[in-house]
Amino acid sequence: MRELVWKIGGEQGTGLDSTSDVFATVCNRLGYYIYAYKTFSSRIKGGHTNFTVRVSTRRVLATAAGVHVLVAMDQDSIDRLAGELVPGGLLIADSHFQPRAPEGVQMVTVPMTEIARDLLNPVYRNIAAIGASAALLGLPLQAFKDYLAEKFAAKGEQVVQGNWTALERGYSYTLEQAADKAFQLDPGDGQRRLIMTGNDAIALGAVAAGCRLVVAYPITPASEILENCARILPRFGGAAVQVEDELAAVAVCIGAGFAGARAMTATAGPGISLMQENIGLASMAEIPVVIVDVQRGGPSTGMPTKHEQSDLLALAYGGHGEGPRIVLAPGTAEQAFYDTVLAFNLADNYHCPVIIASDLGLGLWQQTVDSLDFDRVVIDRGPVVDPKELEAMGRDVFQRYAFTESGVSPRSLPGMKYGQYLATGVEHATDGKVKEDPANRTRMMQKRLNKIKKLEIGGQPVPGILYEGPARPEILLISYGSTFGVVAEAAELLREQGHRVATLQVRVIRPLPVEELRAAIGAAEKTFVVENNATGQLAFIMRAEGVEHPVESILKYDGTLFRPDEVAAAVLESYKGVPA
Amino acid sequence: MATLAEFKTAEKAWWCPGCGDFGVLAALQKALVELGIEPENVVIVAGIGCSGRIGNYIYSYNFHTTHGRTMPVALGVKLANRNLTVIATGGDGDGYAIGMGHFLHAIRRNPDITYIVMDNHIYGLTKGQTSPTSDPGFKTKTTPQGNLERPVRPLQLAIAAGATFVAQGFSSNQKQLVRIFKEAITHKGFALVNTISPCVTFNRVNTYDFYREALVDLDEDPNYDPTDRVAAMRKLMETDELVTGIVYREPESIPFEEKLPGFRPEPIVSQDWRLSREEFERFLDAYR
Repeated sequence: MRELVWKIGGEQGTGLDSTSDVFATVCNRLGYYIYAYKTFSSRIKGGHTNFTVRVSTRRVLATAAGVHVLVAMDQDSIDRLAGELVPGGLLIADSHFQPRAPEGVQMVTVPMTEIARDLLNPVYRNIAAIGASAALLGLPLQAFKDYLAEKFAAKGEQVVQGNWTALERGYSYTLEQAADKAFQLDPGDGQRRLIMTGNDAIALGAVAAGCRLVVAYPITPASEILENCARILPRFGGAAVQVEDELAAVAVCIGAGFAGARAMTATAGPGISLMQENIGLASMAEIPVVIVDVQRGGPSTGMPTKHEQSDLLALAYGGHGEGPRIVLAPGTAEQAFYDTVLAFNLADNYHCPVIIASDLGLGLWQQTVDSLDFDRVVIDRGPVVDPKELEAMGRDVFQRYAFTESGVSPRSLPGMKYGQYLATGVEHATDGKVKEDPANRTRMMQKRLNKIKKLEIGGQPVPGILYEGPARPEILLISYGSTFGVVAEAAELLREQGHRVATLQVRVIRPLPVEELRAAIGAAEKTFVVENNATGQLAFIMRAEGVEHPVESILKYDGTLFRPDEVAAAVLESYKGVPA
Repeated sequence: MATLAEFKTAEKAWWCPGCGDFGVLAALQKALVELGIEPENVVIVAGIGCSGRIGNYIYSYNFHTTHGRTMPVALGVKLANRNLTVIATGGDGDGYAIGMGHFLHAIRRNPDITYIVMDNHIYGLTKGQTSPTSDPGFKTKTTPQGNLERPVRPLQLAIAAGATFVAQGFSSNQKQLVRIFKEAITHKGFALVNTISPCVTFNRVNTYDFYREALVDLDEDPNYDPTDRVAAMRKLMETDELVTGIVYREPESIPFEEKLPGFRPEPIVSQDWRLSREEFERFLDAYR
């Protein structure tokens, strides 16, 4: 088999997240492509949780339609999840809770709790579950042993041995019981790829880009970015600082940007709402700052642990007044890494806020990344005035907000003699001093808004879209963010049914790549915009920005990601009665 | 070394004649000159309100922020470049109403920043509304029957929050104000200087004459020990904060930026940001 889906369900706070992490990491090391995700809620102990790992011989970036092996740690998990098993799927249950399987479901009971009791450590129950899973998926046990030895090396020989024993007992018991029922996954290619979340990739990208200050307020699903940076940044002389609220978080970053450092904050919807006034300050005073929004269900507190893409309008146009901002939309961990580097280069070159529109699916779910290329990381600090030139100019000559062809004016940095100026959120003249006369106002507004019309770094245009498939497709599927992977798979499902399908990922939300979108939609027979929100925000932005072609929205806003088969079905539904 | 003239800008201050902020401006410029700080190494982070204009008249780097956010912006500047002298300024509304949260957290954090609050017990720029430091019963446009709320006591709050330097100045006592500013700027850590800066247009109660009568100068009291936290709190409660001078100072203060683990003292902007190939690969190994 080319692909298998493994799922484990149980009570929140019983270590299932690290169990899933072990399973996913080992499969990744065996050379499979992984996509791992979970269902959780805003509580620490108790309540149901489950983790799913898609293990495949090709790249997968979407949630699965069915489960091959379900591991249940309690009856609740069976009741909730057994329906997801594919025909021939297997249920593995801890015999301790005397599990009852629904009609027609094949169950293998394994004494996980007893194995753990024998070894005098309740956490070994989960390791026994991994052993049982390896047996039923046809995965080599040695790979798990190697990984556990590495993971627990610091805890001593005894802990490693305990883990191994639990693993082996779970494995051999299950083989004895159900060797005939086991699946056989095609072997992985043995390539040691990376496995990470979007939040991991953004933290790595920031450090690689020269960001030395990450300042944030904890919020689901963005906290890992601050946590990762708190671990990593001190090694590179930087700092991660948890501040009192999101108002402070973005303001610290703007202060640091004014003084020439690269700083980043990361938040979710409620934080973005609080940051809007200061995002406007950075737009107005032309200060670089990078802001990550890992979108979750809104409005208000919404659904903190559930996926949504409903902040788009707030990111592109939120807050009062009209100012420049750039909004990038990565769809994979790999893109998230390079987009973060790009975000800092854009901020320093365009002197404005750059927002990375991530989402819960991208931010939290683990995925396999082929590689990240050191040589693609370029740091471009943008136009900064030469201190020697400033000294030669003398006092009161330098104009921080000089009108230029591009609209970007070279900046001075505190510490540079005769570069002194006033940065203010009040409308100002070229020297930064307050000026409200109509002619100056009009010219300054145009300067700020026009400078981001076209994005370039090092003379190279920043691609606004990623297009894949035939040039004149029957069906064009448009996505952004983590929906990218779903749409790629949905396109394949539709191709299998004989449709000519292309996909288009919008990589930059603002400035929207209007010309590219017009051309692509104009060449397609029918276009669908696939988004996780209720009002079709990307489609709205497209219309507002001048993409006048008709499109159909496929929307989902129940807190879960689209599955590829759902998107394919929605497309076919709109074709009902129309021959393909 | 920079002269007083070098710290001035060509712009004429727009405050009302007689405004206390003139005295704050003059004392700050004088303090910077006497400390031998170069104008390009000074960053003034100003809030919104009449006092927020102070940066326009000092030839330093100036950042006029959003209302109430001077504390985090100043922290960002300081973390980015520790060679800079960072001075946050604002009014009582900016610091003790809309910015109150940041004020207390800045104190807890103790970065090497001087915070000068120009306190006039009234909202001046919006033309006369009540302020968090207004006295009970004080009549303003928004409290025509008199203010119902108790005033914020910034000095006591600061000490309670763990401040390492707390002082109060009076804009018409230039000699003392210059001295306080110099001590505050050289203090290693967060320094609050609440500066009584009367509004001659909208506040007819808390006037220069009122303060000349009411203020007690702690610096003239040989028995007052500004390193005794408990005594400082007692004095502030006894006097309703009608004091001037250095109220409290912790000699062993260590600023936030020096406590951050691994944080390089060299300004971030002058560092080489590129990772080595080996560092980058080591980095990725954690995800393999």
